[in-house]
Amino acid sequence: MADAEAHGHGGETRRDFILLLGNAMAVVGVGALAWPLIDSLSPAADTKAASTTEVDLAPIKAGQRVSVKWRGSPVFIEHRTPETIARAVKDDKVSMPDPQPDAERHQEGKAQWLVMVGVCTHLGCIPLGQNTGDKRGDYGGWFCPCHGSHYDASGRIRKGPAPKNLPVPDYRFVTDTRIVIGEKPKKPAA
Amino acid sequence: MSAMPTTPQPRWMRWVEQRLPIFSFVQHFNEYPTPKNLNYFWNFGSLAGITLVIMIVSGIVLAMHYTPHVDYAFDSVERIRRDVNHGWLLRSMHANGGAMFFIAVYIHVFRGLYYGSYKAPREIVWWMGIIILLLMMATAFMGYVLPWGQMSFWAAKVITNLFSAIPLVGEDITTWLWGGFTVDQPTLNRFYSLHYLLPFIIVGVVVVHIWSLHTVKSGNPLGIDVKSPKDTIPFHPYYTVKDMFGLGVFLLIWSIFVFFAPDFMGHPDNYIPADSQVTPPHIVPEWYFLPFYAILRATPDILFINAKLAGVIAMFGSILLLFFLPWLDSSKVRSANYRPAYRVAFWILVVDCIVLGFCGANPPEGAWLHISRAATAWYFFHFLILVPIIARVETPKPLPFSISEPVVKPAVARA
Repeated sequence: MADAEAHGHGGETRRDFILLLGNAMAVVGVGALAWPLIDSLSPAADTKAASTTEVDLAPIKAGQRVSVKWRGSPVFIEHRTPETIARAVKDDKVSMPDPQPDAERHQEGKAQWLVMVGVCTHLGCIPLGQNTGDKRGDYGGWFCPCHGSHYDASGRIRKGPAPKNLPVPDYRFVTDTRIVIGEKPKKPAA
Repeated sequence: MSAMPTTPQPRWMRWVEQRLPIFSFVQHFNEYPTPKNLNYFWNFGSLAGITLVIMIVSGIVLAMHYTPHVDYAFDSVERIRRDVNHGWLLRSMHANGGAMFFIAVYIHVFRGLYYGSYKAPREIVWWMGIIILLLMMATAFMGYVLPWGQMSFWAAKVITNLFSAIPLVGEDITTWLWGGFTVDQPTLNRFYSLHYLLPFIIVGVVVVHIWSLHTVKSGNPLGIDVKSPKDTIPFHPYYTVKDMFGLGVFLLIWSIFVFFAPDFMGHPDNYIPADSQVTPPHIVPEWYFLPFYAILRATPDILFINAKLAGVIAMFGSILLLFFLPWLDSSKVRSANYRPAYRVAFWILVVDCIVLGFCGANPPEGAWLHISRAATAWYFFHFLILVPIIARVETPKPLPFSISEPVVKPAVARA
């Protein structure tokens, strides 16, 4: 360009600098405007505020499975019998896609309470097994009918396309028989 | 000017260009020969265009948070302001953006009136502009209804009732617009749909507006034709830079409203949820509709036409008559700088429109009613009688020979 020649001898000119600065500021400005638009799509304050669910465990009898809604998805709660716990612990050493001992699937001293997000880790369907008469899969846990994933008595994936065990959410025992799902358990004092 | 080749160089660009002439299209915009004497009043077209884009982008995101239901609309807007991340910013940008859009467009229109932008060969550019203005008004009105406050509801009621003034079929048309016996859920739902649709129609008309403009080329403050390439400069970088500077100032003013006075142009009554059983004692439209509202209320019975119908005709007529302006003003001189009488009439019209605005904001009683009637009469007198007469009797000042001439030889003016 003719004006560039008038300004320098091949080096950078004041105009080049201003142009660069101007363009950079424009990019920053557009970014500053784009961010609120993008961030507004994240969960809003009222959505986040409704993100814990309190459950009374007292009415749940041994061997019974109950579903509650937490953050829009079902949470499976099972009051496990000693036989079920034994069956889950027995498989701890067996090879599986996402190895995890049963002790890590429940809170300390509360082996009878299995609490898991009831969403298949394959593509998000709700596995069967909560209702009497449901198919429970080859391992007597849960069975996802969408693509055939089998979960065991500890909610661990044993067979089928799902890559991970049913996730255990954060939950805290408020009393011996009440939990708040969505809150981290209190660390015992060291 | 620049030594840019007409055909793009790299092979992939040539390949694309032969199939989709996108590069020559961009090049056309860069090199668009623009008169070199444009003043800052020529900024407002691009400002309006950028505002339209910002409105569409913010509107699309707001639509993701809004619920078009009579029971939830008001609360969903409050939720946007309180709970949605940066929702306060988006709502404020969009609501005040409507007003900023009208500021830009009104200045753009009055620029056109002053500099004769409606005259040959730019009549179609002008007409597309009027269509854009009408679409904008419909869009702004329907957008104002969406928050479903008291002002929203009664604006919807009053404006849809305008159509009931039409003889014979008026009542049926109004019922059809409502989709019920009054403004209700079906009305809100269809207004939401149309409020989303119309901006994209506006984009389409804007494309035709610019297409026509780029065929006949831009006007300029002297109102004379471009005589030689010496009279023009390429749009880029000269006017892109000037437009960007103007945009910076415009966005600063917009930001003052967004961040420091988000409700400055709103009405407190719109924070009362819509109540179909109670009309607020004093209802007014947003400021940008006030002059038209004044015309609506000022018009009395005219001959065999009752005041209701006459008011509606006058209000719509005040915009529709602009379509005929290219013929109403038969003067060959475009710029008011060279038309001493027209220039005075122009400024009186500006004052008249502002007076009408104040009339629209006040109740139609006492002195305000008389002022409204006088100002309305003057508005129509200006366009229908004064402008045609001035065009015939006025002696324009001598025009400069070319755009470059007054710069090169300021002292010499050739008649």
